[in-house]
Amino acid sequence: MTTSPPTLHENPWFTHTVRITNLIDETEGVATYQLVMIDGNSSLAYEFVPGQFNMLYLPGVGESAISMSGDPARKDGWIHTVRVAGNVTKTLARLQRGDTLGMRGPFGAGWPVEDLVGNDVVIVAGGLGMAPLRPLVYHLINHREQFGKIWLILGARTSEGLLYPTEYATWQKRDIEVTLTVDRATAGWNGHVGVVTQLIDRLQLPRPEQTHLMTCGPEVMMKYAAMSGLRLGIDARQIWVSMERNMQCAAGLCGHCQLGPEFICKDGPVVRYDRIRPYLFVEQL
Amino acid sequence: MSVPLSPRFFAKSQLQLLIDELRHRSYSVVGPTVDQEAIVYGDIQSIEQLPRGWTDEQSPGLYRLKRRDDDAWFGFVVGPHSWKKYLFPPKTTLLSAEKIESGWQFIPRSADKTKFALLGVRACELAAMRIQDQVFLNGPYQDPLYRERRKQLFVIAVNCTQAASTCFCTSMKTGPRCEKGYDLALTEIDSGFLCEVGSERGKEVLDAFVSLARRASEGSSVDSNSTVDNVSTYEAYDATPEQLKSADYARQQAVDQITKHMETSDLPGLLLSNLDHPRWKEVGERCLSCTNCTMVCPTCFCSSVTEVRDLNMDRVERERTWDSCFNPDFSYLGGSLVRNDTASRYRQWLTHKLDGWHAQFGTSGCVGCGRCITWCPVGIDITEEVAAIREGTSP
Amino acid sequence: MPRKPRLAVFKFASCDGCQLSLLDAEDELLAICDRVEIAHFAEASSDLQPGPYDVALVEGSITTHEDAERIKRVRADSKFLMTIGACATAGGIQSLRNWGQIDEWVQSVYPSPDFIRTLATSTAIADHVLVDFALHGCPINHHQLVDILVALAEGRQPRVPSHSVCLDCKHRGTVCHVVARGIPCLGPVTQSGCGAICPAYDRGCYGCFGPSQPANTASLVSQFQSQGHSTEKLVPLLRSFNAAAPEFHHASEKLVILGTSSEGRRS
Repeated sequence: MTTSPPTLHENPWFTHTVRITNLIDETEGVATYQLVMIDGNSSLAYEFVPGQFNMLYLPGVGESAISMSGDPARKDGWIHTVRVAGNVTKTLARLQRGDTLGMRGPFGAGWPVEDLVGNDVVIVAGGLGMAPLRPLVYHLINHREQFGKIWLILGARTSEGLLYPTEYATWQKRDIEVTLTVDRATAGWNGHVGVVTQLIDRLQLPRPEQTHLMTCGPEVMMKYAAMSGLRLGIDARQIWVSMERNMQCAAGLCGHCQLGPEFICKDGPVVRYDRIRPYLFVEQL
Repeated sequence: MSVPLSPRFFAKSQLQLLIDELRHRSYSVVGPTVDQEAIVYGDIQSIEQLPRGWTDEQSPGLYRLKRRDDDAWFGFVVGPHSWKKYLFPPKTTLLSAEKIESGWQFIPRSADKTKFALLGVRACELAAMRIQDQVFLNGPYQDPLYRERRKQLFVIAVNCTQAASTCFCTSMKTGPRCEKGYDLALTEIDSGFLCEVGSERGKEVLDAFVSLARRASEGSSVDSNSTVDNVSTYEAYDATPEQLKSADYARQQAVDQITKHMETSDLPGLLLSNLDHPRWKEVGERCLSCTNCTMVCPTCFCSSVTEVRDLNMDRVERERTWDSCFNPDFSYLGGSLVRNDTASRYRQWLTHKLDGWHAQFGTSGCVGCGRCITWCPVGIDITEEVAAIREGTSP
Repeated sequence: MPRKPRLAVFKFASCDGCQLSLLDAEDELLAICDRVEIAHFAEASSDLQPGPYDVALVEGSITTHEDAERIKRVRADSKFLMTIGACATAGGIQSLRNWGQIDEWVQSVYPSPDFIRTLATSTAIADHVLVDFALHGCPINHHQLVDILVALAEGRQPRVPSHSVCLDCKHRGTVCHVVARGIPCLGPVTQSGCGAICPAYDRGCYGCFGPSQPANTASLVSQFQSQGHSTEKLVPLLRSFNAAAPEFHHASEKLVILGTSSEGRRS
């Protein structure tokens, strides 16, 4: 269930002005933006759950739903990692530090962080799918003692597509077992080659009934990751996927993002696998 | 709330006083009127604009405006328009963006002050409003324009006294009797209207109208033909037992005339568990994907937002317009379309309307008004499609 | 600031109406000139600069051997080629010749037919070269053209709505002609762009924006027939400005082939 901030409840179209305060080129066509609200009071009041998203608005071009990819505990700006795909992200990519744009949010249901307390967690990310999972990693690290074993399996087409590589060592130090894989090895790559499911299948879960799997990536990858999780004995109710659909209002009012009975914008983007499974495998739903 | 138990009766011509009273209270009165060879909803200032003596004949893909044998004022059912155009307008500005020196600033739309009084809302349409209330007001987010207009809305319902061949409100348990959700509800009989009160606001307006009627009656010369039981026709009084009986009879006619049926015992469930049924492909071959059904539907709420900008980009407006799951672009995602053929779009519409809607809003999305059947240019009948899906399904 | 894109406008067999709608965009014209460099536009200026061009707007259809060669050169000179209007996009009203005897027509129209050298067909630009974007309409909607030029100048992918005219009728509150009056209206299979003008003025849509996506002409035509509309009425309806657009073309062909045997059509 979504709980929305009062302003958004009253007017989901309410848009804040944000300024780009930092800009990091991650990989080819992917950049991370630090956005700060011009109105400082709103900035302090702004909180999000890992897995939630904002609508970023470029006047005259349109909006795009972008997941938060920063640390939910930090208040120095909202971090979004964006891949150039459509007109909005293409225009965003031409903006520079100091430019302003619109932002409304946070929207949607995030990762079920409360459920994870006392449990083991398998995180499976494919490509840009790491972006909405990074706030979850930060949250787990911030409260590391509350959680059991944590595995992070990260896949990409090539090693250049692996997001946030400089942070893996830190995460490992905080007792997260990070494994990487690529579809295709390029020069200098000595790690695994293959799909993420092969790495999931190899996991030795000490207590599958107390293990939760969180995945974000291409839809086909998430389907197979979930199936691997089931094979390891993880309950379908403990598997969560982050879906992507056309989102326009982000508030369940415009109808665009439906998948079966779910509004991906407000019932998701993070949805429980057992709820979405009947619809994930139907063509053109 | 204290409301009179007994309906009031007043002569037909007095409806003008009710309209005047509402206009005096700064309502824009909208109601049925004849235009473009159909009965549509538009501004009403005078009773002369109502479709007196007109009716509609409807069947799949066919609507004809016809003269009646009598002079009934509300002797028709529902037409191509629905009331949603007043609460959820086809085009609205949601937000403006202005470029100032420090960058973009965003200006939310200002509160809407329009007060609408809807005259002639049928039971299925009251149900449709309750459904749109669920969509726009009762979720985690509210639509501000809908909220503002809904709050100020005055509803004069009219009980149906006949049905079209496309009506199936009895299947959807939404009519034909107006039971709730109105301020005033009228039933038309030969000699006048019976008026029931459904809210405090309705009572207040009715009381004001009664004293207006009394003043009008005092100020006019009473001719002998226009009195009933020694009460001036210019007054409203408690309905007599005979009048109550006539009203019951009139309303029963609507019930008796309904022939169309949709089985709902296995809804929700039936459609979402038959996503690969061959019927989807068959209906996809007939369906034009033209969006007519969704546009005339009183509950369909899909919309899209476009950017309206001047070339210099100093000012941009975000404009929301009615959209439809039948538009290919509607499911656009990352350079391609999720629902890329008509069969998948029809399936989306029907499963959402009759099945997924229950999970989302605790109600069916269909009120049985039959508009999608009449206004489909090729006459696709939603009740037949549901029956066909059921037929090819093992129980 | 990147360099302004170089724009060229080329005319083939057409009435010039679509080019004119660019000149008609008076309010926006100066702003457009700020964003694009108009390098070649014979209708507007005799200063015709050579290619290459970033954006070529092509009006008109291919009806002569010379034009069939010329369009290849235009394509070779242009990074982004966009057709403007029904002639360039679908062959135009002149594609009616595709169903006639060109020699007979030339004989009957021209006093000195010997001077006329023409192809037997009028075909769309896309039948000859790759088209990057097709702007429908007879004539085009100049607001759409301006939007597209601005999008291209700003490096965005241009998009125009592909839905049917019906949606626009419903936005306007126009009552459906097919359902309420039994008028054969092409709105349900025609692309939006005109703002649903004709139905708002009491006549059916005659399809000048060409087929919508998707255009289920087969289903609509069979409905028209069941309402009693004759082949003689429906074929000319389908064969106007976009007669050669595949969805309209196939529907009219089917009517002609089957129509000869459908005298006792359903009523």
